[in-house]
Amino acid sequence: MSPDEILKEMYEQTMVGNAPRVLELTKLGLDEGMSPDTILFEALIPSLEEVGARFERGDYFVPEMLIAGRAMSGALDVLRPLLADTGAETVGTFLMGTVKGDVHDIGKNLVNIMLEGAGFQVIDLGVQVAPEKFVEAVKEHQPDVVGMSAFLTTTMPMFKVNIHELSKAGLRDDVIIMVGGAPVTQEYADVVGADGYAADASTAVRKAKELIAIKRGK
Amino acid sequence: MHTVLRSASKEITIGHDVPFVIIGERINPTGRKLFQERLRNDDLSTIEIDVADQVAAGSDMLDVNMGVPLTDEPALLAKAIKKIQTLTDLPLCIDSSIVEALDAGLAAYEGKALINSMTGEDDRMDAILPLVKKYDAAILALPNDETGIPMTAPERMIIVEKIVRRVEAEGIPLENLLIDPLAMTVGADTEAVKNTLETMYLVREKYGLNMSIGASNVSFGLPNRHALNAAFLPMAMSMGLTSAIMDGRTPEVITAVRAADLLLGLDPWGGNWISAFRAQQQA
Repeated sequence: MSPDEILKEMYEQTMVGNAPRVLELTKLGLDEGMSPDTILFEALIPSLEEVGARFERGDYFVPEMLIAGRAMSGALDVLRPLLADTGAETVGTFLMGTVKGDVHDIGKNLVNIMLEGAGFQVIDLGVQVAPEKFVEAVKEHQPDVVGMSAFLTTTMPMFKVNIHELSKAGLRDDVIIMVGGAPVTQEYADVVGADGYAADASTAVRKAKELIAIKRGK
Repeated sequence: MHTVLRSASKEITIGHDVPFVIIGERINPTGRKLFQERLRNDDLSTIEIDVADQVAAGSDMLDVNMGVPLTDEPALLAKAIKKIQTLTDLPLCIDSSIVEALDAGLAAYEGKALINSMTGEDDRMDAILPLVKKYDAAILALPNDETGIPMTAPERMIIVEKIVRRVEAEGIPLENLLIDPLAMTVGADTEAVKNTLETMYLVREKYGLNMSIGASNVSFGLPNRHALNAAFLPMAMSMGLTSAIMDGRTPEVITAVRAADLLLGLDPWGGNWISAFRAQQQA
């Protein structure tokens, strides 16, 4: 297969969530001497962008998005160490978690997929993430952005608690804080003192890039 | 085992040997921007529409959730419940995770309500079971705890056991306890609904308890949700589900439940099924 054929098939197979084939093609591409950058930016990322666009239009559904994300993750596991070697700059590091008391994770996982698809390094703390866990993880990973998800009106107040704990630990200004979830609004994000809010996964990626650009521009 | 719920003038029975109880889920502002805005402006007109739609379509009870961010949820819930009692005599299911809101809602309600819901976490049971006693209400309990939602049925049953023991220890009769076997979308996990069905089977086998569930969750993120919901409910009923907080407006879904009532021997001689058919013919 030529590099172009590999990229084309990888794009298509990622879109339909064929994880084993995408992994095979990734290894094949690397064996053929393709750079990890090329594979990431010319096949995987465009494919996930298209998946996200279709999801936003209502042409793609949750399972399709999840399996496309899984196909990409499999390839990323192989590419990540190589990307680090080439010194390719990541778009940013995103620390993500569903707040304490809340076990909802579908929306969060979709945002993770779109972030990874856009070249972010995503560290997912999972669900029921306690404030002290957010603090610890910020110290450990020094992310650009901390994303907090809540699906219930009753767990949304944890945003404020988490932000307060980060402030107490002197870490608040080191990170961009984004919040989201079904009941969350821009107004609510402002009230709790978050830096950003997005209503859906694609917007979350755009917003995160925007906020990072502003911060790095300083 | 029969769970009897009441409004001021109407009584409804949940049980394994009576027709399935449809609890309409629509009175819930989550994800409904216009509804939220109206509620913030003290405008309860959306509630009137939601009540009328669900009553007309054949709901047996109505769930009431007033979770609007940055509002006084206890006051809002109490007000909504007072209002709804002037619109319908269907018994209500009072839905909040804020204990004060449940308390206010129960205080505003005339009859015996179903409380939606509590988990198997000790602090939640400490806070909510006193309300069950104070208002002689029934409680819907979810088998998840501090560690999250267990994915398999046997793990869920461990928490069900804990909840049953605690409810008994409080002196609350078990007919006032309903278990929620936890519906999750099959769109995110292919085994999710199988695990839920297995949980239902075990709850019925082991305890004979009544159950209710947020049925529409099973189809989240998928196309043609009505068809999935309509397929899920009869399966669940054959596994022992006795009621659901569900789409109480879509004829396709409601008809599937009423058909399953007849097929499972809960509608003797098809009395309800045939009357519904005649009513529809005349309409």
